[in-house]
Amino acid sequence: MNENNNKNLMIRLFNVSKRFGGKLALKDITLDIDQGEFIFISGPSGAGKSTLLKILYLAENMFEGQILIDGMNLSRISSSMLPVLRRKFGIVFQDFKLIPTRTVYENISLVLEAAGRKPAFIKKKVMQVLRNIGMEKKAAAMPLTLSGGEQQRVAVARAVVGEPSIILADEPTGSLDSTSARAILDFLAEYHKKGVTILIASHDLHLMKNTIQGRIIELNDGRMIRTDIMP
Amino acid sequence: MIHFLKRAVADIRSNKFLNIITIITISLSILVVSVFLLFFENTGRIIEAWNQGGRAMIYLKDEFNIDMLPQLKAKINSLGDIDEIVYISKIQALDILKKNMTPQTIFLKTLKENPLPDALEIKIRSYKNFKAIQILAQKIKTIDIVDNIEYGQGWLGKFLKIFNLFKITGYAMCGFFFLMALFITANTVRLAFYSRTLEVDIMRLVGATETFIKAPFYIEGIVQGFLGGLLGLGTLLITYLMVSSGITQSLATYVYFDIRFLSVKTVVLIIFSSTFLGWFGCYLSLKQIFR
Repeated sequence: MNENNNKNLMIRLFNVSKRFGGKLALKDITLDIDQGEFIFISGPSGAGKSTLLKILYLAENMFEGQILIDGMNLSRISSSMLPVLRRKFGIVFQDFKLIPTRTVYENISLVLEAAGRKPAFIKKKVMQVLRNIGMEKKAAAMPLTLSGGEQQRVAVARAVVGEPSIILADEPTGSLDSTSARAILDFLAEYHKKGVTILIASHDLHLMKNTIQGRIIELNDGRMIRTDIMP
Repeated sequence: MIHFLKRAVADIRSNKFLNIITIITISLSILVVSVFLLFFENTGRIIEAWNQGGRAMIYLKDEFNIDMLPQLKAKINSLGDIDEIVYISKIQALDILKKNMTPQTIFLKTLKENPLPDALEIKIRSYKNFKAIQILAQKIKTIDIVDNIEYGQGWLGKFLKIFNLFKITGYAMCGFFFLMALFITANTVRLAFYSRTLEVDIMRLVGATETFIKAPFYIEGIVQGFLGGLLGLGTLLITYLMVSSGITQSLATYVYFDIRFLSVKTVVLIIFSSTFLGWFGCYLSLKQIFR
């Protein structure tokens, strides 16, 4: 696995398996993802889509095999390097994971504060992202006062504000109506155009097909059963 | 840093009840410790003031005559640690007694001879050190012509025994309350941490370092400790202002003595200790949580 030969290689999985107790959630996944790719991970519930995303940012850290993210070997990563790895990602969670006691602005600015950015930069950047996603008037709102679609937009804004090189989205449109879902995917597509690698786990393949050209990876029972370029 | 401070203040606001309870607990512990320190500081001053700053009386045997005085003074001076020696003859002593007992002098007139001995009044330099006084008194007593020496050994010895007993009890109580405050602070931080598990998890996932996550908790602990210390000392000061003049008047019958509040040095030490207590409680909790 010499990444010098693959200068655009962003993610490499080699024989990756993940067990929960005695049950294998992922079985021998081998996969290369280049910088700037748009990947749809599809499959039925329990296929291992979320688990695959989680081991990439080490929310699940006990796995077999090798994973390289932008040159970092996840099997050998130290606890001090873990925040550095995670700052490479912008993550959109299925359940949004917004802090209910903090405002929309504070939820988004957290990423930049954690990265040690200056307050003036944080203010400028957060307001810019909120404008782009059409939520600038809701900056002072608390997450629980927002609709599901609005909460998801805030979650996406938080994922992109740190200008990550990889965006991971776990069922980002799962609980949204088709208009809100389309808006979210269009927003992510804008970042894809800027060269960001995007991985979306979703069972809604139809919606994905009409969004953007990318690669589809189909999982079933923890195995990768198909990888194809989407028409 | 400003971010951490803002965060800590916001966290304190959102957990008002828990924080108030912790601050009150710390303040009570600090109050108990401060009461003991106030007692020790003032009692120390009583000991300092005993016998007008280390005066002792050396009573001489009947064989003493005035020709022996220069030699005796030199001998006592050679023992060191003495500031002043004043000779009081038995005649002067009787005069002083008569003056002091003006209404009851009739019985003194019936005396056939002066029963009082010649004496020397000395001023001891290291009068704060009871042990040193005892050693010096022993040396003086070995001089042939000296009959006895009086330096308040009876009451001072008893007083010091009681004082030392109080001191040990005080230390034990201080230690107990310190541990109690530490335990409460550590648990408050633990509860605050668990109430923010989601927040901490999200922080980790967006790439926050442990320092970034822990810093507001530490600031919270330090603020709790500092405010607890201030509140405890404030309560003591108010109580002191209300009752000190009454105690001073009651004591005035026995001794001229004014009760003073804690010295600036002690106040600073108490505030520093309570702040440290807040930090240490936080440190213990977070160490356990992040293990």
